[in-house]
Amino acid sequence: MAQSLFNIIVFPGFLFLCLAGVCAEYFDRIFHARMQNRKGPPWFQPVADFIKLSAKEDIIPEEADSFMFRAMPVVAVAATVTSFLYIPLWGSQALFSFEGDVIVVLYLLTIPTMTFFLAGWYSTSLYASVGAVRTITQLFAYEVPLFMAVLAPALLADSWSLSGIAAYYRAHPLYWVFNLPGLAVSLVILLGKLEKVPFDIPEAETEIVGGVFTEYAGRYLAFFRMTIDIEMVVASSLVAAVFLPFGLGFGSVVGFILYLLKVTAVIAAICLLRTIFARLRIDQMVDFCWKYIAPAALLQLLVNIVLKGVLSQ
Amino acid sequence: MSRVTIPLGPQHPALKEPANFSITVAGEKILSTSSRLGYNHRGMEKACEERTYIQDMYLLERICGICSHSHSTAFVQTVEEIAGLDVPRRALYIRTLIGELERIHSHLLWLGVAGHEIGFDTLLMYSWRDREVVMDLLALLCGNRVNYGINTIGGVRRDITAEQIAGALRDMDILEERTRYYIDIATSEPSFIARLAGVGYISREDAVRLQAVGPTGRGSNVAIDIRATDPYAAYGEVDFKVITDSHCDVYGRAVVRLLELMESYRIVRQVLKEMPDGPVTVKAPRKIPAGEAVSRVEAPRGEDVHYVKGNGSDKPERVRVRASTMANIQAVNKMMENNNLADVPIIIAAIDPCFSCTDRCVRVIGGKREDLGWRDLRRHGISWYRKHWGIDFGELNRKLHSLRGER
Amino acid sequence: MKIPGKMAKEVLRHSLKPPATLNYPYVKPEMPDNFRGKIVFDPVRCIGCRMCVKDCPALAIEIAAVGDKKFEARFYLDRCIYCAQCVDSCPKDALLNTKEYELAQIDRQNHRITFHAHADGVVVDPAP
Ligand code: SF4
Ligand code: SF4
Repeated sequence: MAQSLFNIIVFPGFLFLCLAGVCAEYFDRIFHARMQNRKGPPWFQPVADFIKLSAKEDIIPEEADSFMFRAMPVVAVAATVTSFLYIPLWGSQALFSFEGDVIVVLYLLTIPTMTFFLAGWYSTSLYASVGAVRTITQLFAYEVPLFMAVLAPALLADSWSLSGIAAYYRAHPLYWVFNLPGLAVSLVILLGKLEKVPFDIPEAETEIVGGVFTEYAGRYLAFFRMTIDIEMVVASSLVAAVFLPFGLGFGSVVGFILYLLKVTAVIAAICLLRTIFARLRIDQMVDFCWKYIAPAALLQLLVNIVLKGVLSQ
Repeated sequence: MSRVTIPLGPQHPALKEPANFSITVAGEKILSTSSRLGYNHRGMEKACEERTYIQDMYLLERICGICSHSHSTAFVQTVEEIAGLDVPRRALYIRTLIGELERIHSHLLWLGVAGHEIGFDTLLMYSWRDREVVMDLLALLCGNRVNYGINTIGGVRRDITAEQIAGALRDMDILEERTRYYIDIATSEPSFIARLAGVGYISREDAVRLQAVGPTGRGSNVAIDIRATDPYAAYGEVDFKVITDSHCDVYGRAVVRLLELMESYRIVRQVLKEMPDGPVTVKAPRKIPAGEAVSRVEAPRGEDVHYVKGNGSDKPERVRVRASTMANIQAVNKMMENNNLADVPIIIAAIDPCFSCTDRCVRVIGGKREDLGWRDLRRHGISWYRKHWGIDFGELNRKLHSLRGER
Repeated sequence: MKIPGKMAKEVLRHSLKPPATLNYPYVKPEMPDNFRGKIVFDPVRCIGCRMCVKDCPALAIEIAAVGDKKFEARFYLDRCIYCAQCVDSCPKDALLNTKEYELAQIDRQNHRITFHAHADGVVVDPAP
């Protein structure tokens, strides 16, 4: 019991995730800045931002639904942290696992996006409502391809649990190479999930001010920012676990370093993508997802179905 | 989906200056728009009447931070015309040089702003970094990075040395190479093209009817460029093309600006190589004779018109300015028709607006239209503020005068 | 030809280079020689013609006579627009540009300075 509690709260649970989120945000920002030939923030900037925001006044608009407005940031953090517990980090065993947890993790990762929507909706301000509608439109566009892309490796592994998938690829090294198209698809979709350029449409600063977060300030905004940081780590870990399951059998120290490298690589890839594109319009984004991303994910699924038949003979 | 009216401005991250656009949308589609100016009226034209010509030059230079050289050139040209001064050729060449450098810095700035409005911050960072080259060059030639203060009545204030010419030629090579790269990006990056192509369409007829000037007009194939149609300074003696584009959308305006950069490098090179020798100023009288003149200058944003009326004293009787945004702003509402909410910032940015230059104080008081003289307007203002806010300007005026050490 | 991610090469190349930004205020850019920065006044040269006062667009200079053919200048740097017209107008080169550009002050009074004539050189005081 005490062991699980430690795992949930300290390592690799909440506190570890907070630390990892801070590091991820710093890495993302400095790498982004360096690619733009800027200097970038000092190492403590994400923490300083968090402290600064937390010290500011919490303003809740009179028109907003006060309960929802305050609850949403907490729900968002909770959902993201929970999903992390089912993802195998190093080795092939997650902290908790059961058959079907892949679906649960994907759903839990949808919850932050839903909270963004609700937060925007219940702020009742114009910009926030427009942002909320955009959030949900975008969610519909990328969610299906994401499911297909993540389920393809599961199909090949014949397991609906992330730990099971990891175990399969541990037993069959190099099979993960078949899933590379899925990796590409999910990297693009992560941009949408994390609301980064070119899919930062819901919070497009020059169009709708702060989007869903327009009315947020102080601690609540700090919580949302933390959610996005944590989500970045969790989603990258998920991608690493599903699509990059190599080198799992070297014990925990090497495994942990390898895990960090994988996550860093995923974040670097996201960061590169967000640096070299312009923001799309919402209709272009939906078009793009259905025209290119969904067929690619479908293709991955078909390939894996065929492969499964071939390989099992 | 129901209609909502979304206010954009006077404070909004996409606008660097105060203006207000009310945008009625259904979902993301724009149904109608209306714009409102007047948040930043500075009363400069009136202030000019109470200052000497020399002081006005610096005041009018500060109408716009980006086209400052265009405004001061337009003003000194009118004054020189009234006073009948024969400006030395070397001075005209230097004016042309600074005018083109200003265009280069303004267009590079615009490219960055356009990138930012469509979320392409990397383009912003790179183009602004490269813009530093021309800013530093301007600082070297004129003594400051903005508000160059190079013009004076009867010539220019600073001469240019042979070393500076060599340095400027080197800088042009760097900038030309970078601009080629941006042209390459603008014509091959799909996300960039997707956000600009087909957005903010305005046909050639509408552009002419709504008096679009500068790159906004040229992006719709209206081949008007004051540098070519009514040459001033040394533009009659240099060879350059008037760039036009027939896309008629934001993409067309971007292409025009990028290709104009290449033309500007050509002009700068010609001017530097053919710079005539001689003095850079003629002596100008302090008292300008009575008379009036109009002068037009092609600012980076389009045609800029100045009118000055002199009355024989050292202060002008009337100064009138029409900055280029004033001409272009009418076209914006037309451009926004049938576009998306997301396109609004880039459509506004595509005319390269400068709202403070544009703001006018026009007010119809009461129901019927009546002409108010300056004195009546002033009296109306004083009594309005006393009635509504209880402000007594007599006291404030006395304070201001003592603060300024009024003479 | 449309090439998605055309800038990728450029940004990756730059990610290894040092940043283009200066680490101001630790590294300060050097301004060119004829930069129009803070104006200084030389009381020895001034003849009190007040051309500078007349031409200054911002009413930022006052010249006061202190004794026989001795003048001191008071500057309101908070109003000065650094146009250097006064430098051009002065017939005796008593006013000069410097390269100094870090002129921000918290207290406005610190912007009001007086250049006193003194036996051993110029003394700059905050204005009373
Ligand atoms: S620099 Fe210009 S504003 Fe400043 S004191 Fe001299 S003339 Fe006046
Ligand atoms: S113009 Fe020169 S000499 Fe005349 S008062 Fe000013 S500083 Fe003195």
